Amino acid sequence: MLENISMTPIRLKTPVTDDIIKQLRIGQKVLINGFLYTGRDAAHAKLVALIDNGQDLPITLNGQIIYYAGPSPAKPGRIIGSVGPTTSGRMDLYAPKLIALGLKGMVGKGKRSPEVIKAIKQYNSVYFAAVGGAAALISKTVKQCEVVAYPELGPEAIYRLAVEDFPVIVVNDTQGGDLYEEGIKMYAATS
Amino acid sequence: MISALQKAYEEEISLTGKEIIKQIIDNANIAEKEEVPMCQDTGFTVVFVELGQDVHIEGGSFEDAIYEGVRRGYTEGYLRKSIVRHPLDRVNTGDNTPAVVYYKLVPGDKLKIMVAPKGGGSENMSAIKMLKPAEGVEGVKQFVLDTVLAAGPNPCPPIIVGVGIGGTFEKAALLAKESLLRAVGKPNPSPELADLERELLISINKLGIGPQGLGGRITALAVHVEVFPTHIASLPVAVNINCHASRHKEIIL
Ligand code: SF4
Repeated sequence: MLENISMTPIRLKTPVTDDIIKQLRIGQKVLINGFLYTGRDAAHAKLVALIDNGQDLPITLNGQIIYYAGPSPAKPGRIIGSVGPTTSGRMDLYAPKLIALGLKGMVGKGKRSPEVIKAIKQYNSVYFAAVGGAAALISKTVKQCEVVAYPELGPEAIYRLAVEDFPVIVVNDTQGGDLYEEGIKMYAATS
Repeated sequence: MISALQKAYEEEISLTGKEIIKQIIDNANIAEKEEVPMCQDTGFTVVFVELGQDVHIEGGSFEDAIYEGVRRGYTEGYLRKSIVRHPLDRVNTGDNTPAVVYYKLVPGDKLKIMVAPKGGGSENMSAIKMLKPAEGVEGVKQFVLDTVLAAGPNPCPPIIVGVGIGGTFEKAALLAKESLLRAVGKPNPSPELADLERELLISINKLGIGPQGLGGRITALAVHVEVFPTHIASLPVAVNINCHASRHKEIIL
């Protein structure tokens, strides 16, 4: 099935609905438009502590996409510094709780745990990979940037990014597909 | 680096992989033109100092001067501050200090400083193992392949694989790191080790991990191997992975 994946990207606009998420398949190229919320370990720990205490969150997760990233500082006159994905596995312990609250997508790099993959399937979410290290290129798709929670965390604060055609690839879909597994299988050479 | 990536672009058979390599090349060009970091993780500053034994340093602490350089570089250069003061309480130092500094005393009256900031994603996927001497070169190869496979997408492939063989536990790790200072793909001067590097590169690229781990034939751009004499009872092997955002600079005073 990977062979038949089109190289033409699909445009996605946030907030996203279940119907749209359910159509996505591993290997598809997607251009995200609308908003992305950044979050790394520290912000996730705070969000999950609020959830565990039954308190309100500083951001609405329903229909939104979280981007695992911590930007470098913006040079004067720029919207944002370089902003590429960080390793998603560090957020695996927290992610299922956010997915259960309606988080529709995550952008990062690297493999997810079986628990996250299960939650993606169960609650109709999706995991995208952005190109790790392509941080200068990615920063060009960010049109606005604003801290919406935890400014004390510096690069680990939650920023809301307004993005235009932010390029990602579907890695884990609602069908339980995993591009990291399938891609390796397809290209491993036996001899 | 760019020429290694260009070659990788030609050779990659996965269309997605090709597109990713193209994004990485475009990214490097944007970063250079606009003077912004190619990756937001501007790393832990690792500094290799070669101090000529005839050099006399005056006017204060040399190490403080290095830290001050890091402080200014990361602040004035708008680079991300990624260092915490204690591995367990994890409070950011705010200026990316301290640095990890290695000193080597060499003959002569020159001072050479090599700076190699190291990203966390690729450093985290590095590994070391004390093999049994009987495991020999096959054991070494297997450990390198296992480490790269376990790393998968995390170190942002295409990667450069630094391998240190021999010495003691920490010496092997240092050899692996030092091997990454070489220009990408420049073979080890020893023909046998150059052969081993070539063979490892071919085996790694057969794993199928590919650019960003999404499947493909270009997982590594190069393998660099360094060796050192070791104990009759030991065969240490260290694998230090570097990402395509491999950044080095050196100056000789
Ligand atoms: S592994 Fe390298 S390219 Fe990837 S995020 Fe870290 S520093 Fe950047």
